Amino acid sequence: MELKKIGPYTYEIAQHGDMKVPAIIYSSQNLLEGVRKDLTLKQARNVACLPGIQRTAYVMPDAHQGYGFPIGGVAAFDLEDGIISPGGVGYDINCGVRLLRTEYSAEDVKPKLRQLLAAICREVPAGVGKAGVIRLSKRILQDVCAKGAEWAVENGYGTKSDLERTEEYGRMSSADPAVLSPRAIERGIPQLGTLGAGNHFLEIQKVDEIYDPETARVFGLQAKGQIMVMIHCGSRGLGHQVASDYIRAMENKAGTGGLPDRELVNAPIRSALGQEYYKAMSAAVNFAFANRQMIAHWVREVFAKVLGSAEGMDQVYDVCHNVAKFERHVIHGQERKVCIHRKGATRSFGPGRAEIPEVYRDKGQPVIIPGSMGTASYILLGTEAAEQLSFGSTAHGAGRVMSRHEARRRFRGEQIKQDLAGKGIELQATSWRGVSEEASQAYKDVDEVVRVSHEVGIGRLVARVVPVGVMKG
Amino acid sequence: MPKISQGFKFFAHPADAKFQAYGGNLEEAFQNAAYALASLMWDRDRVRPKMGYPVAVEARDLKQLLVSFLEEVLYLLDSRGFLLHSVDELTIRREGDRFLLRSRFYGDHFAEGLETFGDVKAITYHDMLIKTDGQAMVQVVVDV
Repeated sequence: MELKKIGPYTYEIAQHGDMKVPAIIYSSQNLLEGVRKDLTLKQARNVACLPGIQRTAYVMPDAHQGYGFPIGGVAAFDLEDGIISPGGVGYDINCGVRLLRTEYSAEDVKPKLRQLLAAICREVPAGVGKAGVIRLSKRILQDVCAKGAEWAVENGYGTKSDLERTEEYGRMSSADPAVLSPRAIERGIPQLGTLGAGNHFLEIQKVDEIYDPETARVFGLQAKGQIMVMIHCGSRGLGHQVASDYIRAMENKAGTGGLPDRELVNAPIRSALGQEYYKAMSAAVNFAFANRQMIAHWVREVFAKVLGSAEGMDQVYDVCHNVAKFERHVIHGQERKVCIHRKGATRSFGPGRAEIPEVYRDKGQPVIIPGSMGTASYILLGTEAAEQLSFGSTAHGAGRVMSRHEARRRFRGEQIKQDLAGKGIELQATSWRGVSEEASQAYKDVDEVVRVSHEVGIGRLVARVVPVGVMKG
Repeated sequence: MPKISQGFKFFAHPADAKFQAYGGNLEEAFQNAAYALASLMWDRDRVRPKMGYPVAVEARDLKQLLVSFLEEVLYLLDSRGFLLHSVDELTIRREGDRFLLRSRFYGDHFAEGLETFGDVKAITYHDMLIKTDGQAMVQVVVDV
């Protein structure tokens, strides 16, 4: 695939063949090497061929090959003749990250770290096959999917201020739980309030570096050593089922011919099926918001119990990584509403956008980028420039570079725990094998990913946090 | 690397888990694909075949049939906490333009003390191959 370098960290696939728009890749020499080895560029090109795509198909610095759409892909579609695609959102709908601040310092927490982590592991169900502590009726689950984090707050999990500091205020009003399949509901019922497994984790972190003190202060990050809590999980089996259901429904409706990749299957946004997917996807988004809301509440309870207080444990923000939504963007000089797909990408809105809460509106939104297990994570600031450069989007994390199988062959869970302990990081996990599969070496270098984001200007560095305690599902 | 005599093997695939499953016929290859999938999440030898679930899926083509069949493993895991031990009485037949699969899953419910490892989010069509000439082979990439 021919790539033209058009800026220090910007590469372009010029519009050619069936492409309706060009594709732009934000990357560095280093990261690009990985990207060239897999199907990322070909997939970006395929996305640029889809009906109604606007301006440019974008690829974020952490990109790697996905299914149909690349992971780290951002695309906008016209509301009249554009499409919506489950493959452009991903299987883990609203996989996302929530960050809580605390008033504690690393020194305060150190003597009770092990106890704290063990208590969190007891309170927050995690791992494959592990059900949640709450048994819901179908009716309540539908309520959860309609109201998202609002449902959780109404039921005593967290506060109204958490909602304000959540993307979409914790609820997509486009959700219609009535369209969810019985299977999606059955998979959701036991899993509300569970972390899951795989790349999902919960970390107790400390602020390690502050790059932009003024913004950090607005976000509630005061000083190096301040303890934070990061929760990374998604919509669990319910969201996976929604994706699978609508890939199948769209295949059955439109057939599989004519697509370069079966996972690009889609429906016109205006069609009944396209609308139905959007409603079901929104319901899954809400499930994930409620899920993280409940987990955050339990974490606060544990802090209160073990350390005596959860005072000041405010939410910094909660961001989605896998989502489609309607947003207004300026395209060729004209502001229009389009359907944005972010698959493995984070919204990164700058100051002034109505979508971000008042407390952050003068600055821009917090962007939370988790690293891999045991490595640094970053807090970035959304920028105005991102709206022109990437439809207000940036990277979402580290991105895998090694198969689970290969990681298991190379690393041992017990060894990883020891290595982390050597760095002062406590690890608790449901499975040693799971730990080896999630070794940080199996992931891209997140430091490089955020550096590119900062240099390009699609998300600017605010602070770096490093783990002190890791709970892996 | 598991031996091929297990009926499946895994390939290095950067972001996901990719495997091929083999069999004397398509039914056997599908069965081994279910075992490959389960091996990503738990050790089947440690699960007892205590209860059975009937499985019936239909699809417009063989690839969709394979995806739907493997999704049964994930659906039963998430909704019932069911861990697969074995796949029995598997039949695949074609009726007009539909493909029908019938089978029975045997296994047990998840219990504390049994180690489960990584999550599998979904079965994808990515890089999927189904070969039916001579020895049957299916190739699957799952989203982890």
